[in-house]
Amino acid sequence: MPAAARSSLRFITCGSVDDGKSTLLGRLLVETGSASQAELARCGGDLARLLDALEAEREQGITIDLAHRFFASPRRSFIVADAPGHEQYTRNLVTGASNAELALVLVDARHGILPQTRRHSFLCRLLGVRAFVLVVSKMDLVGWDQSAFDRIVADYREVVPEFTAIPVSGRSGDNVARPSDQMPWYRGPTVLDHLDAADPATAEADSAPFRLPVQSVTRGGVRGLCGLVASGAVRPGDSLRVMPAGTSARVARILLGDATLEQAEAGQSVSIELTEPVDCARGDVLVAAEGAQVADQFEGTIIWLSGEELTPGRQYELKLAGQSALVTILPPKHEIDVNTFDRLPAKTLRMNGIGVAHFWTDHPIVFAPYRDCRELGGFIVIDRISNETVGAGLIHFALRRSENLSPQPPRLSREARAALKGQRPRLVWFTGLSGAGKSTIANLVEAKLYARGCHSFLLDGENIRLGLSRDLGFTDADRAENIRRVGETAKLMLDAGLIVLAAFISPFRAERRMVRALVGEEAFVEVFVHAPLEEAARRDPKGLYAKARAGRLPNFTGIDSPYEPPEHPELVIDTLEISAEDAAEEIVRFLGL
Amino acid sequence: MVLTHLQRLEAEAIHILREAAAEADRPVMLYSAGKDSSVLLHLARKAFAPAPPPFPLLHVDTSWKFREMYALRDRVAAAAGMELIVHRNPEAQARGINPFEHGSALHTRLWKTDGLKQALDTHRFDVAIAGARRDEEGVRAKERIFSLRSRGHRWDPRQQRPELWRVYNLRKGEGESIRAFPLSNWTELDVWRYVEAEGVEVCSLYFAAPRPTVERNGTILVADDDRLPLFPGESLRQRFVRFRTLGCYPLSGAIESRARSVPEILAEMGATRLPERHGRLIDRDGTAAMERKKREGYF
Repeated sequence: MPAAARSSLRFITCGSVDDGKSTLLGRLLVETGSASQAELARCGGDLARLLDALEAEREQGITIDLAHRFFASPRRSFIVADAPGHEQYTRNLVTGASNAELALVLVDARHGILPQTRRHSFLCRLLGVRAFVLVVSKMDLVGWDQSAFDRIVADYREVVPEFTAIPVSGRSGDNVARPSDQMPWYRGPTVLDHLDAADPATAEADSAPFRLPVQSVTRGGVRGLCGLVASGAVRPGDSLRVMPAGTSARVARILLGDATLEQAEAGQSVSIELTEPVDCARGDVLVAAEGAQVADQFEGTIIWLSGEELTPGRQYELKLAGQSALVTILPPKHEIDVNTFDRLPAKTLRMNGIGVAHFWTDHPIVFAPYRDCRELGGFIVIDRISNETVGAGLIHFALRRSENLSPQPPRLSREARAALKGQRPRLVWFTGLSGAGKSTIANLVEAKLYARGCHSFLLDGENIRLGLSRDLGFTDADRAENIRRVGETAKLMLDAGLIVLAAFISPFRAERRMVRALVGEEAFVEVFVHAPLEEAARRDPKGLYAKARAGRLPNFTGIDSPYEPPEHPELVIDTLEISAEDAAEEIVRFLGL
Repeated sequence: MVLTHLQRLEAEAIHILREAAAEADRPVMLYSAGKDSSVLLHLARKAFAPAPPPFPLLHVDTSWKFREMYALRDRVAAAAGMELIVHRNPEAQARGINPFEHGSALHTRLWKTDGLKQALDTHRFDVAIAGARRDEEGVRAKERIFSLRSRGHRWDPRQQRPELWRVYNLRKGEGESIRAFPLSNWTELDVWRYVEAEGVEVCSLYFAAPRPTVERNGTILVADDDRLPLFPGESLRQRFVRFRTLGCYPLSGAIESRARSVPEILAEMGATRLPERHGRLIDRDGTAAMERKKREGYF
């Protein structure tokens, strides 16, 4: 078949080695002539070993991970995401399913539907896979018995409502690439025939509105908006909107390299020229009519992929199509048990945990619900310190459309209020161990500001923990939420034109960075009040270290909870070197007062 | 209309190239003059047309490539309007490292692995785009499309980021870099079908011609210049040969073939099922050779 007509299918295989998955894939490779002679020789006739590099990998101490396999029939090329069903199943399976059009679920005819069958199928459906093939393997070991097959098919209907079921033997090849003589009661297609003909109706079907997330804008005389069409189709002359601005424009030309196209459709990478010179940059989305919404508060499914659990309230980076934003995830409404599908109460999510949560971004983003469009509804969550991908999210809906929020009449600005007070609003953030001297110094600073006629306010554990944050404890998540509340409070006070002093242990860099981003770099002054742990414990003004060391105060910073010193504070106060009075003087000088 | 397999692969590769260019501070494209490089360069030109691709080409040279590869390299870089950076490891050059006296492993490590690291460090490239494919070798089946390298360019198979949808995480810390592989999901057949469909110019060594050869340890070597030493009893013989994969000429095994065009190559590939890198002598240095080389920073 000429390349011009060769189609393709990307699918994921679910099941373990024991279900005969490797044997089936090996059989497909051999029957389609996709395995090399060397590979065939190496596996010594054992088809499972052809693709199952897992054994070799384990021996070599290499991580078991999602692997990609390739084979081709005369009509179609296949890209297989082969997800091992081991410890990392959720992470691997979710990754593989995110790009799969079809799921091939292996079930051993002798064992029937297992918890992992349900789990894998659930995850595939969650990620938007609509086409399922139930492959009942090892039929030779149950004497090609139709009733065994029928039973499994009936059981599976409770897991997935619609699917194609095929009884096979990977070892003998029955119904894999050639019809079986052993099972005359089965008249359906072989696995390969089905894969060859399958036309998975995905959410990105032809009827979907046109959507194109803009990756970049071409230079060199032509202003082409570059991107891959996420859904729908577009032709020259079509009216589009550039989101989030909502500007209308008309398509002038569609280009791919030097060629001009009459149409661009889902899956194509193109460059689009508009008739009007509208503002458009990376992260914007070209859409037809109601193709996308703009919002900053959402409900969605969060899938946690990192060994370090989710810290609700902490700011992470969200990446969706070409857009980046800071995202704050609230404690999950519930976690989903992937074996029973029960909803469990949860305060956070651990590795491989899946939950439904509210979250908000620091600015409005363009999106579509995940069920309508994978590209505009699926995002990854990145830890801002480690840069790792720690989670993935599927947007269900916006809690409020931000277009309903934004057009407020202009209010008095921070600058105007500050001008009335004749001062520059700043947030001076004191961080350090308990007993380092933060509050002592902050109180001295406030007295000096007052003497100079400055309007200020001091926030510390005394006035926050007893009121605003009375409901919070001292776990990592609660600490993060406490700092978030302090940050928001300080921001309001800055808007009121005040100089705000905040004295909190605030042990985590991520939270301090969050506050810095929240109030703005120009207003934030981070003061690291430094005392070695032993010195702080010796001072122990409130007797807390003694308690913590006696085990009566869990999660105490410096004892059994870490303190991350600032990397680039505006000021460092070494309390072994200078007195509290001199420190306060230095801070006031730094503020230019 | 449903997109064809090649259209989808092309669209995916262009998307990856655009992501790499948009998010990198100093991107570069590795160019080896092989067929994968030819296809990658063709895709890059399509992705950024009408402007030239917004990154230079980097050829990590060993001084032992075929002469036709050098000629093709200079020609296509000029045609694409791209800056061409050629890096030869000065240490390897000063010590005259060659595959005959020093063996393929040392030759490859000094010229290619160390040479690549030097070039990336010297020019402070943070994202290096290359044409490696997942079907080439077992370990690569697990490679990400955007692959993080730690300081010293090491690859840690345990520290790979999950890649969902088409959302790629290009964040990196001080001293870290990223390798980007737009051809990850292509197979050798896909590359040849694309070469045919798009009329991509590839090195003439892929096509069969009579060439001066010597057979050594079951491998047919082509004497590209007079630096190939002949052992006692050996003599050059004209054979009709071509290459499935190109590297340093003393390390590239030719195959006997009459395939003189892309359709003939495709027909021939339908008949043989030897793995493509079979002709690469450097891959036979040990079973876990590729894994080890990758950890050290080899592409």
